[in-house]
Amino acid sequence: MPEKPLAVAMSGGVDSSVVAGMLRARGENVIGLTMQLWNQRRLPEIQSDKATGRCCSLDDVYDARAVAQILGIPYYVVNFERDFEDQVVKPFVDEYLAGRTPIPCTLCNNFIKFDRFLEMAAGVGADRIATGHYAQIRWNPDNGRWEMLRSVDRAKDQTYFLFGLKQDQLARSLFPLGAMEKSAVRELARELGIPTAAKPDSQEICFVPNGDYAAFIDAYFREQGLAPQEVAGELVTADGKVVGEHAGVHHFTVGQRRGLRIAAGEPLYVISTDPANRRVTVGRDRELMSDRTYAGSVNWISIAAPAEPVRAEVKIRNKHAAASATLLPTSNPERFEIHFDEPQRAVTPGQGAVFYSGELVLGGGWIE
Amino acid sequence: MQRFYFDHNATTPVSPEVLEAMLPVMTEVYGNASSIHHFGQAARKMLDAARQQVADLLGAEAQEIVFTSGGTEADNLAIFGAAAGGHVITTTFEHPAVLGAAAQLEHTLVPVDGRGLIDPDEVRAALRPNTKVISVMHANNEVGTIQPIHEIARIAAEAGVALHSDGVQAIGKIPVRVADLGVAMYSISGHKIGAPKGVGALYVRKGTSLKPMMFGGRHERERRAGTENVAGAVALGRAAEWIADHGDAENRRQAALRDRLEQSILERIPDTRVNGAGALRVPNTTNIRFDGIDSDALLIALDLRGFAVSSGAACSSGAPEPSHVLLAMGLSRLEARSSIRFSLGRSNTIEQVDALVEALVESVAHLRRLAPAYA
Repeated sequence: MPEKPLAVAMSGGVDSSVVAGMLRARGENVIGLTMQLWNQRRLPEIQSDKATGRCCSLDDVYDARAVAQILGIPYYVVNFERDFEDQVVKPFVDEYLAGRTPIPCTLCNNFIKFDRFLEMAAGVGADRIATGHYAQIRWNPDNGRWEMLRSVDRAKDQTYFLFGLKQDQLARSLFPLGAMEKSAVRELARELGIPTAAKPDSQEICFVPNGDYAAFIDAYFREQGLAPQEVAGELVTADGKVVGEHAGVHHFTVGQRRGLRIAAGEPLYVISTDPANRRVTVGRDRELMSDRTYAGSVNWISIAAPAEPVRAEVKIRNKHAAASATLLPTSNPERFEIHFDEPQRAVTPGQGAVFYSGELVLGGGWIE
Repeated sequence: MQRFYFDHNATTPVSPEVLEAMLPVMTEVYGNASSIHHFGQAARKMLDAARQQVADLLGAEAQEIVFTSGGTEADNLAIFGAAAGGHVITTTFEHPAVLGAAAQLEHTLVPVDGRGLIDPDEVRAALRPNTKVISVMHANNEVGTIQPIHEIARIAAEAGVALHSDGVQAIGKIPVRVADLGVAMYSISGHKIGAPKGVGALYVRKGTSLKPMMFGGRHERERRAGTENVAGAVALGRAAEWIADHGDAENRRQAALRDRLEQSILERIPDTRVNGAGALRVPNTTNIRFDGIDSDALLIALDLRGFAVSSGAACSSGAPEPSHVLLAMGLSRLEARSSIRFSLGRSNTIEQVDALVEALVESVAHLRRLAPAYA
């Protein structure tokens, strides 16, 4: 047998195609695997020809297979639909119904790509996997840890979605694009003769067409035959004044302004949601500001769990510019209190709080 | 890397004698078999001879053979052609070609038992006044179990209902005499028996009312329009002739190999069992459950070592799905997803079987080491 195989997670997009091509050119024994995660024929009422951000469409599988054929590597589609539904889709729906704003990509990384996929790769003889993620992994012999760093192409950096990765997962994963600019990746795709070189980048929530997650949740409920829950309720201000009505808390996320349909003197925003009482609290921009929050289920990557307060820059959503803060341990070793130096706008439960020190990803947790 | 093929129920390579018979047809006997002139007559002669060869293998008469594009078309023609707007009875573990056709009509699915057998009494119980067709496969494609067609034929005859049997996985593996089976219609496919993809046939017993599904010219006694695929028919005919001459000996050889494979796996790999073990099976097929194993991973691992096997059907993207056959036999989703089908053919040798067993021993052990749930 040739050298131990290395499994590349191929989505059919340009990034993972280039990863497969690069590693193949480097002489690695590459096998391509595409994860079938979601059946696009489901929920037809929210599908459309113009839908963006579709994952696992037949076109994507054809693209991935075509790339594998050009590269001359073994290629297989593996079916993780059931795992994806249980570990990603259902929690996504539950989180929204519980009034939080989830990040399915992080759940997918934690439970599918760097768990089920790693397991499948190991099963077929590939101890290492490679993906098209924009992030960097490096071994630090001084503290004996696998460290994670932001990608060189700062605009493509995906470390915000990777905060849940454990040391053993990092040890077996390669992110060859972390050190490259996206433009160089596209250039390399052309050089390698990869037909998807000009394919547009995929969107964040791959199974939700057009990013309309509320429509997805409604359609999913209908498909599952779940009684349409009584979800409509009132929009109220912080002092309890009813200022309007809404069609369900899952239509709202903290900081949202659109769709409130309230005539008010100054712009109003969602301050918080209360699913138990089906209430959405709205208020002025300044009411969105807060200087502290808690992160639960914290995972530490580049450093061991600190026993003392540590300084970090904290990102509270993907597009957030990290803000300086102090992380304070609590009695629960996986729970940390975050004190921002300056109040932050729209700290949103369900999103990730990811801790950085310069380029280094220290770790992260879920905003409570 | 040497590659060994253990997936003959999916398809077979074209046999040398079949290729030899069909190649000249493509270049030399190119006439349209419906043409009146010399070229047409030459093609017609080959087509008629092929039809006779297929008929001989089935114990039928030549005019009872309708050439089709394959097993799926033969199944569809049988069901739609004989259903006449009535009710169809079939089984839960049929091939999708039958299930898909029946799904378009008023239909009842008869359950299969844990051994992989249909109970004729269940078929009888499913009869309705407007039942027009009963369709029960002769041998199952995934577990190889042979169905009591003869007994079901008696029920069909009593009820005055046409019995169709999908014989795609039986022909060439066990002797088939349509008169003994008592079927009104019987489907076969070329590429499962050493002929190429794209040709099959439906036996239609004389006197069976069958409406065409495709309309056009008056080919195949107005039962299947479309210019005859003479080369394909010649290939199917030659494959049928080879089976008539050599099938019994070859099947005994494959049965010995299959038994050796099965016994070696059961002896050397713990927690394995044969799906459908309690029933009579075709000689080339064994379907084995490896507890604690994800069959997709095992299939890929074996492929990377050069062994081609199967783990049920694939969806449109090519991703494996749990076998509907095994689920219908009462296996849990997990059990179905730990099962692998091995189907032997003319190319397989005792050395290949032994090499496959060694690869299985190693790959299963490796996968079980990784599965924390399996202890």
